[in-house]
Amino acid sequence: MIADAVAAVIVLVVTAYAVLAGADFGGGVWDLLAGGAEVGKEARHRIDRSITPVWESNHVWLIIAIVVLWTGFPAAFADIFTTLFVPLSVAGLGIVLRGCGFAFRAQVRSLRWQAVAGGVFAVSSVLTPFFLGTVIGAVATGRVRGTPGDPVASWTNLTSLLTGALFVVVGAYLAAVYLAVDSERDGDVAMRGYFVRRAVISGVAAGVLAVVTMTALRSSAKPLFDELVTGRGLALVVISVVAGTAVLVALLFDVTRLVRPLAALAVAAVILGWAISQYPHVLPPRLTIAAAAAPSGALTTELVVVGIIAVLVAPSFALLFRLASSGRLAEAHDPPPAADLGGHPPR
Amino acid sequence: MLALDVVPARSQMGSSLGFHIILACMGIAFPAIVAIVHYRGLRRHDSEALLLARRWSKVMAVLVAVGAVSGTVLSFDMGLLWPGLMGRYGSVIGIPFSFEGIFFLLEAVFTAIYLYGWDRLRPWAHLWTLVPVALTGILGAMSVVAANSWMNDPAGFTMAHGRITSVDPVAVFFNGATYYQVPHMILAAYMVAGGLAATPYAVGLLRGRRDRYTRLGFLVPFTVAAIATPFQIGVGDTAARAIANDQPVKFATMEYVPQTTRGATEWLGGIWANGHVVAGIPIPDLDSLLAGFSPHYKVVGWTSVPASDRPPLPTLIHLSFDVMVFIGTLMLAWGLWLALWWWRRRDLPGGRLGRLFLAGGALSGVACVVAMEAGWVVTEVGRQPWTVYRVLRTSKAVTTAAGVPGTLVATLAIYGVLTVATFAILWVMKRRWDAEGGSGDTPVPYSPQAGAVSEAGPAQGDSEPGRRVR
Repeated sequence: MIADAVAAVIVLVVTAYAVLAGADFGGGVWDLLAGGAEVGKEARHRIDRSITPVWESNHVWLIIAIVVLWTGFPAAFADIFTTLFVPLSVAGLGIVLRGCGFAFRAQVRSLRWQAVAGGVFAVSSVLTPFFLGTVIGAVATGRVRGTPGDPVASWTNLTSLLTGALFVVVGAYLAAVYLAVDSERDGDVAMRGYFVRRAVISGVAAGVLAVVTMTALRSSAKPLFDELVTGRGLALVVISVVAGTAVLVALLFDVTRLVRPLAALAVAAVILGWAISQYPHVLPPRLTIAAAAAPSGALTTELVVVGIIAVLVAPSFALLFRLASSGRLAEAHDPPPAADLGGHPPR
Repeated sequence: MLALDVVPARSQMGSSLGFHIILACMGIAFPAIVAIVHYRGLRRHDSEALLLARRWSKVMAVLVAVGAVSGTVLSFDMGLLWPGLMGRYGSVIGIPFSFEGIFFLLEAVFTAIYLYGWDRLRPWAHLWTLVPVALTGILGAMSVVAANSWMNDPAGFTMAHGRITSVDPVAVFFNGATYYQVPHMILAAYMVAGGLAATPYAVGLLRGRRDRYTRLGFLVPFTVAAIATPFQIGVGDTAARAIANDQPVKFATMEYVPQTTRGATEWLGGIWANGHVVAGIPIPDLDSLLAGFSPHYKVVGWTSVPASDRPPLPTLIHLSFDVMVFIGTLMLAWGLWLALWWWRRRDLPGGRLGRLFLAGGALSGVACVVAMEAGWVVTEVGRQPWTVYRVLRTSKAVTTAAGVPGTLVATLAIYGVLTVATFAILWVMKRRWDAEGGSGDTPVPYSPQAGAVSEAGPAQGDSEPGRRVR
C-alpha cells in the first residue's frame, strides 16, 4: 500500500518533468530547426526568453524522480541503470552539454561562439529526450529483467526507438504551444503565428507517432497494450486524445486560451495511462511494486519528503511561474537597455 | 590492494565529482557572499557594492547552470557505476539524498527569481530572495554530505540474507560521521567560494587598480574565507581525531603509521617507498599527541588489518592530507595578516610585504580548491577498499556493464572542454567588465533613490533603469 503510494509519487514526478522540462527540450528542438543565424534570430530570442528563468527548476524534477526511485525501489533502479547503461550514459552527458551550451550562449558575444554553444544546446536537446525515451520504452516492454540484461537490444528494439522519437516530438509540441502562448502574452503576433503553425504540425506528428508506438506495443508488450486499449488505461488514453484534439481545434481557430494546460494534460494522460496499465509492476513482466519495495522506514521517509515538497516547493514554483509569466523575470542586461525596462508593460 | 577492475569506474566518479564539487561550493556559499555586497549596496546606498552584486549574479547564473547539470550526472553515475551499492543500499543512502532533492528544488527556484529579478522586483524583496538560496545551499550540502558520511560510518539499517530489512532514517542521516563531515564541507565551501570570488580583484589590486570597487570586490569574499578558516581548522582537528577512532586504518595511512604504536611520529611530507618514509620530516610523538592529547596515546597502524583491507596509494593519501592542512594554515596566516592591518590601519596590508599579501590573495581561490579536492582524496581513497566502510567492498559495488572505459573517456573529454569553456566564459565576462570600469560610466542596478521608483514596478514604463554614477 505504502509502496504503491511511493510508486505513484514517482509517476507524478516523472509527469511533472515531462510537461515542464519536456517543453524546455522542445525549445531546443525548435532552436535547431530555426534556420540560419539571421532567419532564426527572432525565434531563438523567443525560446531563450521563455526558457531562461525556468529550465533549471524544471530540470530538478528528474533528480527527484531518480532519487525516489533508488530509495523506494533500489533493486529496480540498479537493474535499469545496469541494463540501459548506454542510453542513460548518453542522456546524462547530453544533459550536461545541453545546460552548459544554453548557459554559455547567453554570455558569449561573438556570433560564431554563439552558434557553437547554441548548436551544442540544440543537438543535445534532441539526443537527451530521445535516449530517455528509449529507456522508458525498454522498461515498458519488459526488456529490463534482472542483471545483466542485453546492453544493446534492450533499447534498440522498435518500440524503444519509437518511444524515443515520441519523446522528442512531444517535447517539441509542448514547447510550440507554450511559446505560442508566451508570444501572445508579449504581443508578438509574428512569433505567435510561427509557433502556432509548429504546434499544429508537431501535435499531429505526436498523435500519429503515438498511434504507431501503440501498434508496436501490441506485439512487444501485449499486456500493456491490452490495458491501454481495453482496460485500466483506456480512460486516460481517451482524455489524452480529447485534450490533444481540443488544442488542435483551438489553435486552428486561433484561440490560445487554455491551450497550455490542455496540451500538458494530453501529455500527462499518456504517462499516467502507461503507469496505470503497467500496475502492479515496476519492471514488467515480473517484478512487482510490492516485491521491489524498500523497507517501510525508507518508504515513509519518501512520503514525508514529498509532503514537504508539496508544502514548500509547490508554492515556490507557483511564484516562479507567476513572476515568469508576468514578464518580471528576464536576463539582466548589462547595461540594461531602457526598452526592456520601460518600453513594454507586461500583461 | 588496488583492484584494477574498479579503476575506470572510480576514475569516472572521481572526475565528475571533482568537477561538480567546485561548482557545488560556489552554489553553497557564493549566494551568501553576493547577499553581503547586495545588502551593503542597499543599506548604505553604495552603488559600487550594488554593481558587484549584479555582476556576481551573472557569474552565479553561469555556475548554477553548470552545477545543476553536472550534479544530475552524478545521480546518473550512482546507478551507472555503482549498481551494487544502489541495488542493495539504495533505500538507506537514498534517505539523505531525498532531502537534498527538496533543498535543490527550492534553491533552483529562488536562484532563478534572484538572477532574473534585477530591475523588475522591488529592491529589498529582490535581496530577500537570496536568503532561501543561501539557506537551502547549506541544508542541501548537509544532506549530500550526510550520505557520504554514512559511507564512512554506516548506521541505521538491519540486514538479513543480503537484503535490507529495516531502515531508521534519523540514524542514517545523523550517523557518527555526519557531525564533523557536514561542517567541514560547508566551511570548505565558504573558503573556496570566498577565495575564488576574491581572486580577480586581488589580481586587479596587484595591477595597481586601487579603486573602491576593486577593494570591495576583494575584501568581502576574502574576509568571508578568512573568518571560516579558524573554524575549519578546529573542525578538521576534531574530524581527524574522530577518524583515528572510527576508521583507524584510514588515519594510519594519512599519518604513515604502519605498526600500532604508542608515541607515534608525525610525518610532514615524505613519500612511502619500500616500507619507509623517504624525504619526510619526522616529529616524534606529535601524532599521538594530536590524536589523543598524550605522547603515549596508542595509534593503530595499518598492519592491524590484512593487506586486502588497506587503502591503496598511501603516498597520495598522506600528501593530500598534508597539502590540505598546509593550505589551511596559510589561509589562517593570511587572515590574521589582514585582521592585524585592518585593526591598526583600517586598510589592506601594505608595506614592503603588501604585494606578497595580495599575491597570496590572488592564489587563495585555487589554493582552497586544491585543499578541498585533497580532502576528498583523503576521505574517499582512504576509505578503500570499501565503498561502505566494513560493509560493502568497492569491487562488489561496481557495475557489471562493459562500457565504463568508453564513458570514462567521454566524461574526461567533455568535462575537460567544459572546464576550459567555463573559465573562458568567466574571463570574457571579466574583460567586458574591466572595459566598462568599476564605477564611473557604468549604469548601476537601481540607484539609492530608485527604490521608490522601482516600488511602482516596471509597469510604470517611464522609470529610469539605472542612475548613472559620476
